[in-house]
Amino acid sequence: MRVLVIEDDRETAQFLLKALKESGHAADTAGDGETGLSMARDGAYDVLVIDRMLPKREGLSIIETLRAEGMRTPVLVLSALGSVDDRVKGLRAGGDDYLTKPFAFSELLARIEALGRRAEPETQITRYIVGDLILDRLSHKVTRGGETITLQAREFRLLEYLMRHAGQVVTRTMLLEHVWDYHFDPQTNVIDVHISRLRSKIDKEFPRPLLHTVRGAGYVVRDGDA
Amino acid sequence: MRSARWPNVKDLLDSQPARVALWALAVLAPATALFAVLIGWQVDQMLSVRTLDSLRDELQTFRAEFDRGGPTALSIAVARRSATSSSAAFYSLDLPDTALSTGNLKGIYPQVGEQGLVFEMMSVATGRMHAVAAVAVPVPGGGRLLVVRDIEDQVAFARNLRRLAFGGVAGLGGIALALGWTGHRRYARRVAVMTATSRSIMAGDLTRRIPRDGTGDELDHLAQSLNAMLGRIEDLMQALREVSDNIAHDLKTPLTRLRNRAEAALRDDRGSTHRDGLERTIEEADGLIQTFNALLLIARLEAGAVDQTRTSCDLASLVADVAELYHPVADEAGLMLELQAPASATLAVNRQLIGQAVANLIDNAVKYSAGIPTAAPAGIVVSVVMQSDGAVAISVADRGPGIALEDRERAAKRFVRLEQSRSRPGTGLGLSLVAAVARLHGGAMRLDDNEPGLKVTLVLPQQMGAGLSASSVRSER
Repeated sequence: MRVLVIEDDRETAQFLLKALKESGHAADTAGDGETGLSMARDGAYDVLVIDRMLPKREGLSIIETLRAEGMRTPVLVLSALGSVDDRVKGLRAGGDDYLTKPFAFSELLARIEALGRRAEPETQITRYIVGDLILDRLSHKVTRGGETITLQAREFRLLEYLMRHAGQVVTRTMLLEHVWDYHFDPQTNVIDVHISRLRSKIDKEFPRPLLHTVRGAGYVVRDGDA
Repeated sequence: MRSARWPNVKDLLDSQPARVALWALAVLAPATALFAVLIGWQVDQMLSVRTLDSLRDELQTFRAEFDRGGPTALSIAVARRSATSSSAAFYSLDLPDTALSTGNLKGIYPQVGEQGLVFEMMSVATGRMHAVAAVAVPVPGGGRLLVVRDIEDQVAFARNLRRLAFGGVAGLGGIALALGWTGHRRYARRVAVMTATSRSIMAGDLTRRIPRDGTGDELDHLAQSLNAMLGRIEDLMQALREVSDNIAHDLKTPLTRLRNRAEAALRDDRGSTHRDGLERTIEEADGLIQTFNALLLIARLEAGAVDQTRTSCDLASLVADVAELYHPVADEAGLMLELQAPASATLAVNRQLIGQAVANLIDNAVKYSAGIPTAAPAGIVVSVVMQSDGAVAISVADRGPGIALEDRERAAKRFVRLEQSRSRPGTGLGLSLVAAVARLHGGAMRLDDNEPGLKVTLVLPQQMGAGLSASSVRSER
C-alpha cells in the first residue's frame, strides 16, 4: 500500500515512515500543507495520513480541497485535539477516520490497512469466509465446519466486523467505534471480555483457532497462526 | 483614594453623579432664567398698562369737568386734585394766555402724548430718579393737561422679583454643584475602595472582599455580585490547586514505575526481558495517556468548549447498550447487572458524552462491588426513570462499600480517590467526568446511600440550560 504522511513534526514523520516501511508499505512524507497537497494530487496513494495542524495550509483545508477536486483517496486525520466534536469536524471535512495523538503505531497501522481495504467495494459481499467459518450477512447465520453457531446480535456484528477485516489487525478502539458506535474510552477492557465470549463460541470446540489476539495491538481473524 | 479638598475638574467631570448634577443644572438654569425674565416683563407690562389706563380714566373725569364748566371748572378740579393727591400723583394744566394754568408739577414734558409714556423723572420728595407713567391730552380751545403717576414702587417690586428669580437660579446652581460634588466624593470614595480591593486581589490576595455598606443601592449590589464572583473564582483557584497537587501525585507514581521498568529492562539484556519490560512500559504509558485524555475532556467540558449540539436520543436504549457492553464484565466478576428502564426516554443530549458518563458509572460499580462478600445478592441495578417534569434520571446502584456522607462532596473532585480506593485501578476522574457531563447538560449528579452501597444518579433536565450552578453535586441521605 502507498501511504502519504503529511506531518510537520519531523521526528513523528520519520518514525511513521520507518514503521510503515517495516510493515511492508511504501510511504512518503510531506512537512507542510502546500507540499502535502501537491504530492497528494500527483502521487497515486492508497491512503493519506494528514495532521490537522500544519504550516502553510491547515489539514482540514487539504482534505476539503482534494474532495472538491473529486479525489476519493481515503484520509486518516491525525490530531492533538481529542474530543467528540473535533472528530466530527474532521469527518465532516471529508476525512474517513480520525485518530487522536498520542496514538499507538499499531492503532495507526490497523486503521490505515482498514482504510486501504475499504477502497474496494464491500457492499455486494453477502458472506464472509475464513477457513471453515462462514458468516452469512443476509440470513444472519454463522456456521463453522457445517455446524450452526448461535450468536447474539452484538456478537454477530463483532464477528462480522472482524471477518470483513480478515487478515488485518483490528484494535479495541476500532471495535468500539464500529460495533458499538462509541467514541469514548470505556476504561476497563470490556472488549476483551466480549472477544473471549465470542471466541468460546467460534473457536473452543475446534482444533484450529481463527480469532487471535495480537499483543499490544488488538485482534485478528485469520486462518493460520497469528 | 483621592481626598483632595478641592474638586479636580477632570475628576468631577468623569464622575457619574457630578455629571448628572451638571446636566440638570445646564438644563434647569436657562429655563429658570427665562421664566424669571418672562415674569418680570409680564409684571412691567401689566403695571404700566394698568397705570396708563387709570390715568386715562382720570383724564376722562377731567374731561367731564371741562364739558360741564369749561376751562375754569377744569382748572379748579386740577388744582383741587393737585392739592389733595398723594405724593404719587402729579398734574399740570397748561392753558396759555390765561391765568387758569395750574398743577403740582413743574415742567411740561412735551414728549408725553395721548398714547402715554413711561419714563424717569427727578422726584422732588426723594431727590432720586423715579419711574413714572404719564398721559397728556390737549384741552379744547388751546392748552394741554398732563397727568403723571409715580410708579417707582411697582417698578421696584418687579425689579426685586427679577432679582429674586436670578438669585434663585444662582442658588439652585450652587446647590446642584454642591450636590454633584458631594455625590462625586461619596461615589469616588466607594469606587476607590473597590479599586483598592481589586488591586490587592490582583496582587494575589484572593481572600479579600469588597466591603458592603448595606445601603442596597447599585454600588452595593455591584459589590455583592463582585464578591459572589470572587468567591467562585477563589473556589475554582482552590480546586485548581488541589488538582495540580493531585496531578503531581497521581502522575508521578506511574511515571516512576514507567521509568523503573525501562531501566530494569535495560539492565537485564536478555531479549525476552527487554520485550516484557517494553510491553509493560507501553501499558503504563497508555494508562498515562488515558488519564490525560480524561483530564482534558473534563477541562473542556467545564469550559463549555465542546460541541453543544445535541441530538434527540433514546436514553433507555443508550443505557441498555452501555449496560450490555458491561454485562460480560459484570458476569465475570460474579455480579448481576440488572436494567430497569421504560420502553423509551427521549431527550436531546450529546450521546457520546452521556454514553461515557454511564460507562464510567457502571465501570465504577463493577470495580467497587467485585469481591465484596454481602448477605444481599450482590448486584448492580441500572435504572432509567422518566420524571414527571420531563427530566430523565439515570442511576447506577451497587452493593459496594459506598461513600461516607462526609466524603460525597469530595468524591466528585478531580483525582480524589477516597482512601479505600487508592489501591484500585482507575484514573480517579470517573465521577468528576460524570459531574462535568451532567453540568454541561444543565443537570446534576447525586450521590445517595444504597444501604448498603452507593447509588449515583445523573439527572438530565428537559430544558437544557448552560449548567451554571456552582456545585452540581448534592448529597442526600
